[in-house]
Amino acid sequence: MKLRNTLREFTRYPTALAGVVIILLLIGVSIYTMIALPYKEAVLLWRGGVGVWDENPKLVPPAWINYFNKIRVPETIVLNSADGTATKTVISSSGDIGETDILFTFDYPYEGFPQDVLIYFTATYAIKQPHAALTWITPDGREILAGSFSVAPTQTFYASQDERLQRKLNTDLPQEGLFLDPNAPVDAPVAVEGTYKLLVQVFTFESDASVDAKMVIVGKVYGLAGTDHQRRDLMIALLWGTPLALAFGLLAALGTTFTTMVISALGAWFGGWVDGIIQRITEVNMVLPFLSILIMVGTFYSRSLWLMLGVTILLSIFGGTIKTYRAIFLQVKESPYIEAARAYGASNGRIIVQYLVPRIVPLLIPALVTLIPTYVFLEASLAVLGLGDPVMPTWGKIINDAQQNGALYQGLYYWILEPAILLMITGLAFSMVGFAMDRIFNPRLRSL
Amino acid sequence: MSAEPIIIPPVAEPVPQKKKKTSNSTLSRVLKYSGVRLVILFFTVVVGIYLTVLIANMGGYVDTIRRAEIRENVNAGHRGDRSFQLLPQAERDRIQAEEISILEEELGLNKPFMVRSFGYVINALSLNLGYAERMNSDSGSRQVRLIILERLPATLVLFATADLILFFSAIFIALFLSRRYGSILDKVIIGLAPVSTAPGWFFGIFLILIFAALLGILPFGGMVDAPPPSNAFLYALSLAKHLILPVLSMSVAHVALNAYNWRTFFLIYSSEDYVEMAKAKGLSSRDVERRYILRPTLPTILTSFSLLIIGLWTGAPIFETVFNWPGLGRATFQAIGLYDTPVIVGTTIIFAYLLAITVFLLEFAYALVDPRVKVGGEGSKA
Repeated sequence: MKLRNTLREFTRYPTALAGVVIILLLIGVSIYTMIALPYKEAVLLWRGGVGVWDENPKLVPPAWINYFNKIRVPETIVLNSADGTATKTVISSSGDIGETDILFTFDYPYEGFPQDVLIYFTATYAIKQPHAALTWITPDGREILAGSFSVAPTQTFYASQDERLQRKLNTDLPQEGLFLDPNAPVDAPVAVEGTYKLLVQVFTFESDASVDAKMVIVGKVYGLAGTDHQRRDLMIALLWGTPLALAFGLLAALGTTFTTMVISALGAWFGGWVDGIIQRITEVNMVLPFLSILIMVGTFYSRSLWLMLGVTILLSIFGGTIKTYRAIFLQVKESPYIEAARAYGASNGRIIVQYLVPRIVPLLIPALVTLIPTYVFLEASLAVLGLGDPVMPTWGKIINDAQQNGALYQGLYYWILEPAILLMITGLAFSMVGFAMDRIFNPRLRSL
Repeated sequence: MSAEPIIIPPVAEPVPQKKKKTSNSTLSRVLKYSGVRLVILFFTVVVGIYLTVLIANMGGYVDTIRRAEIRENVNAGHRGDRSFQLLPQAERDRIQAEEISILEEELGLNKPFMVRSFGYVINALSLNLGYAERMNSDSGSRQVRLIILERLPATLVLFATADLILFFSAIFIALFLSRRYGSILDKVIIGLAPVSTAPGWFFGIFLILIFAALLGILPFGGMVDAPPPSNAFLYALSLAKHLILPVLSMSVAHVALNAYNWRTFFLIYSSEDYVEMAKAKGLSSRDVERRYILRPTLPTILTSFSLLIIGLWTGAPIFETVFNWPGLGRATFQAIGLYDTPVIVGTTIIFAYLLAITVFLLEFAYALVDPRVKVGGEGSKA
């Protein structure tokens, strides 16, 4: 009955309801993330390395940015003759000499240019290298001989770095020259839209030689979140940042609040030297520079998120709240029902746990909820200082990477805004709920 | 940075006493109170710094670095020495071990840590912070003390400005709101209070994005233009321009919550009987506000403000890093990047000092405004 009243009162605060909805969404995202992308896999992906993110564009915004831009830019297009997304015809001719034609056909409905055009070759042969000739066919029917070279067992053709192509197209950016509309004004170049074809003719000189090719048009937008300087998909860190932020915030807030409460109850109940020591520790703790000590621990010992969590809790126990709680406990201590409990011979432990502590719960729960975002932001702060956990993909680490690579100077706003907005939403959700709870649980204090 | 929970408004108990016109004894009481607090605070700082030293050297980590450094130096010293290279292996080892033990003794590394830790504390207290491993002061010195002293003014300018602006704007807004209790503006500030859970640097990023990156009217960071103007007036102007964004972001982060809390304090006190009485006497609302509402509330407000300032100080490393402010906090950040142990320990100790000084100044102010200190005792004389 009481619970229902509380709930009903809660509905009178639209901001608190919005907060609850956001928190539920965040929890949903966390559960989805943990199931869809196991932690170990996420860590490996985030660490990257050779071959993990090579096909991704570098430093590009999310794909939905196309809805807002005048000039649409391409997403990455991958076609592979090995998995049938490109047509491969083997024309066997006399003796050892053979020809393999690989035809890549793709639609290109964008005015913007791609970041690069890559062709990966994998060839099997004994001694004589096959020879490849690339013919680029634009939608308006122009044919450009884009390259002609021998193929090693694994070889990659980078249009952007091909000097011959550069000279042929007479441009610094050959990957754009391949798409450029020759009738477009010089100061506003646009790409020709339509169906492009790339014909790769490979001549082999041994009877059992074979060749496969994969073409990657590296786009200028990527996925839902974009990519960073290491071509990583930011979505991984944005997704995994959610459960990590929630876990860190919740554990730190729970650990701090409950220990603080128990310690201040002990101090208020026993008084004397116990109280004195607690008071002195609180004063010493006040002059200890919290963040600097966390920095020392991070630099000298370990940057593990869970160690940081432990130190954070230790340093926050004797914070300013201990005085507030103590004052309230001192008041409660004098109330008649405590005297009654003493009179019937209740033990100290029983009085503290059963009679003192419950009195502070209405104050405690809102404070706890309001504390969660403080610690979520603390984790981000540590990461921005370069003291984030070395392996975990978190929101703070995205901001750190972005800061270090001058995202704001370079105009790569999405890089900082995505994690920042998520942090903001999380912080606001918890604090709006906390403020509303405070008003509901403590109407006497907050009626003003 | 530090936990900033909802501050529970005080139960209105301290009724302002009619001050006795005994200014001499009032002064001595304030001085005595401050003196006692100063002594207690000094011991607090000593304990705080001792803890810092313990954490910095937990598990003998710093000692290991020192020992490795000595070994490396001794080895390097002999590297170019032909005659030394020609000695037999055993002889070379003996000479090196001897030199290492002499150097270790010089640094006191052979004594047990508990003995040395007191030496460290005395060094720290006398600001004898040792030599940096990689960082230099602008004058080229390796002394940690010089590195820190050079950066201290920048930090003090930034935080003093921000603290003053925060204090006065929050008080002004709080008084204004307490007069217009329940108005739309009041509701707006209450609605904005949850925003304060985000730290200042976080808003800094947004403000830099808007004012520096998009609009281009304010600098991205730093303290003055490069090269710094030689004219003092232009220098001050340039400094002021660079101060706008950092101060603004601290204000955005903290004004709403504090104005909201303080307004609640004002409202609690303005419902007291003596305020009604003063109003009934026909005093102007300005007088009532100043003498009967603001004065008894000030001690509570100062306590809340001191918690805020301490929170701001502890956040300095990240705040200055985001704004590229050439102060102490950024020195900490640079020292982390360079793994410069003495500078990290040194800045931590200086921050402990700054916190203690802040606490003392606020307690002195508290003694000045709290009638209980002025009249002595818990307001028993009246």
